[in-house]
Amino acid sequence: MKASGTLRVYKLKKKSSSRETVYCEQVFEKSPLRVKNFGIWLHYDSRNLTTAGAVTQCYRDMGARHRARVHPIQIMKVEAIAASKCHRPAGKQCHGSKIKFSLPHRVLHHQHKPRFTTKRSNTFF
Amino acid sequence: MVFKRYVEIGRVAYISFGPHAGKLVAIVDVIDQNRALVDGPCSGVRRQAMPFKCMQLTDFVLKFPHSARQKHVRVAWEKENINEKWAGTRWAKKIEAREKKAKMTDFDRYKAMKAKKMTCRKLEEQYKFALGTGSSSMN
Repeated sequence: MKASGTLRVYKLKKKSSSRETVYCEQVFEKSPLRVKNFGIWLHYDSRNLTTAGAVTQCYRDMGARHRARVHPIQIMKVEAIAASKCHRPAGKQCHGSKIKFSLPHRVLHHQHKPRFTTKRSNTFF
Repeated sequence: MVFKRYVEIGRVAYISFGPHAGKLVAIVDVIDQNRALVDGPCSGVRRQAMPFKCMQLTDFVLKFPHSARQKHVRVAWEKENINEKWAGTRWAKKIEAREKKAKMTDFDRYKAMKAKKMTCRKLEEQYKFALGTGSSSMN
């Protein structure tokens, strides 16, 4: 039985002058049968008002996207960075003064007032 | 359906629920998809993050750069005279009427009933008069 979670890793050799790929080779793990602890340094772009808020958002996001629990995550450094240094497009779209969007399909806040009704509520405002 | 009111820097919003329900704020910056940094210097709302869910956008837009200081927001607000403009809108008047109706005492309801009766009676008189003067006035 193949070891679970095998991913193929490829190493690319690029020609230094034209940056074209010259050679592609699969790279194998040096000791696949040894259990190792991997620490991964992450850059998480979080747009927030406070440090605590940003860290909380990071934990929630890790849990949601990668099912990561609190225990294996260790935050190495938290720093407010300039907007130009942000990488993730989700955060970058909120930068600047030109942001403009509508709020489509506004769902009723008072979902139970009334709970039963004969007419469909308006969602366009 | 074309959208006319957008979330943008400077948009004035009415807070529909929460601790600051009923007040106006200006959107100073957008934090992420769900929240904005808002400030209401002339309506008694401190600068804070607020979810879009509890905001209802109005027709007013102020001019200031994103994340502008409260001072600039206040200057823009007073220059546009938002408080007065808001009080003149039908939206604000409807809210006021709703609040007045909720505060009505039994005596107020009695007065309203009597006033309604009087106007109905006057209308009925005019209608009967119009009928009486003959079909000429009706046709």
